[in-house]
Amino acid sequence: MSPSGAEFIRQIKSQIDEVDPAEVHEVLGNGAVIVDVRETEEVAQGKLPGAIHVPRGHLESRIEGAAPDRSQRVILYCASGNRSALAARTLREDLGYEHVESMTGGYTLWKDRGYEIEVPRQWSPEQRQRYSRHFLLPEIGEEGQQKLLDAKVLLLGAGGLGSPTALYLAAAGVGTLGLVDDDVVDVSNLQRQVIHTTDRVGVPKVDSAEEQIKALNPDVEVVKYQTRLDASNILEIIEGYDVIVDGVDNFPTRYLLNDATVRLKIPVVSASILGFDGQLSVFAPYEGPCYRCLYPVPPPAELAPSCGANGVLGVLPGTMGLLQATEVVKLVVGAGEPLIGRLLLYEALSATFTELKVRRDPDCPICSRDPEEISDEEMGVFPDYEAFCAAAG
Amino acid sequence: MATIKIPPVLRPSTGGEKEVIAAGDDVGAVLNALAEQHPSTRSQLFGEGGDLNRYVNVYLNDEDVRVLQGLDTPVGESDTLVILPAMAGGGR
Repeated sequence: MSPSGAEFIRQIKSQIDEVDPAEVHEVLGNGAVIVDVRETEEVAQGKLPGAIHVPRGHLESRIEGAAPDRSQRVILYCASGNRSALAARTLREDLGYEHVESMTGGYTLWKDRGYEIEVPRQWSPEQRQRYSRHFLLPEIGEEGQQKLLDAKVLLLGAGGLGSPTALYLAAAGVGTLGLVDDDVVDVSNLQRQVIHTTDRVGVPKVDSAEEQIKALNPDVEVVKYQTRLDASNILEIIEGYDVIVDGVDNFPTRYLLNDATVRLKIPVVSASILGFDGQLSVFAPYEGPCYRCLYPVPPPAELAPSCGANGVLGVLPGTMGLLQATEVVKLVVGAGEPLIGRLLLYEALSATFTELKVRRDPDCPICSRDPEEISDEEMGVFPDYEAFCAAAG
Repeated sequence: MATIKIPPVLRPSTGGEKEVIAAGDDVGAVLNALAEQHPSTRSQLFGEGGDLNRYVNVYLNDEDVRVLQGLDTPVGESDTLVILPAMAGGGR
């Protein structure tokens, strides 16, 4: 005769490993993956801090996103310890996880013991639909989307690179987008700066971009800086941002930005474009090289033309800007391998990508030192700075 | 014969060529062979002392030659040299 449901669960529990909430409390945040297998409505009321939500109905298809390494310790819980026991057996017997436990008493006992909980963001029905394709990705999911909505990303320039980056980061639900640009929309911008429109020619770019961002996603707060970044305002503007997207059009500002971001330890997703060619890298202070490690001195002015003087394929800033936006999302949600210590070159005419290694320079004038040693006076300065700027006009 | 990838800003000096084939046993010899073929690249690559200009990065395949043996780094037949000056354009 087949066993009753209750008898079946008792049998399963005798076959798996269980762990008391007291022990889970001790290992919280210490490497074990904590997985909440309850339904979405239950998790909305609260969950263990740092627990990853994988509903039992999606366990087999989504567990690898939460716990890619089958030898790592995985602790499952549900409301009372029954569903997590069944899930634990599945992970061990069917999917080959080596170190799986089910928490006795589940979330109910955890809460009764007075341990801390976190209440996840409450998604509106509209947000559930808007971000549904992110929720389906194990690498992003509800947790990653929450990180995106909490993220503050600063875009330097609402021009060629900034236009596609701003649009896609807004669509992705980055909660705060700062925009630094002192320019107004010109009809010659519209060949590539897709955030602006013909009827907004003459409007400040930060206002034009804000209008488009708000129309796309009302979740996004836009912070506008209608100014040029310089030594007097840079620290004030960039402080508090999680990631900076660099699309500035001149070397002095790139060096200034590098030095200020190293000082404040803010990662920069950097791209530059010219003609049919683009470059991309991520400069994460003290984790990888900085801009000065790659380019210790700028080229002379005749070898440093701007897009205005030399032209640029209209699609190219779209390609490079969206690669930047991708790196921003990866940094915010903590997914994948960011482009740190690597430089990606894109040649549109030949349709080729080339990847080069970028090393930290042990003698770098900026990032070889502690951030507090970098003074206001030396920020943005490089050898022959005055001659360079005079030549560049 | 190594392949040298020419960046956009140097292409006016190579008659628009994006890749140049040049002979040489090490990085210095290959770049000098490039400068023989296209003389106006010389002052853009080398300083007065014959060293690489600091604003030009040269990669042997994917590695910066400065972390290898600089201009003395040996170059094989099927190797690629990438010349890379900094770019600052943002599409403004």
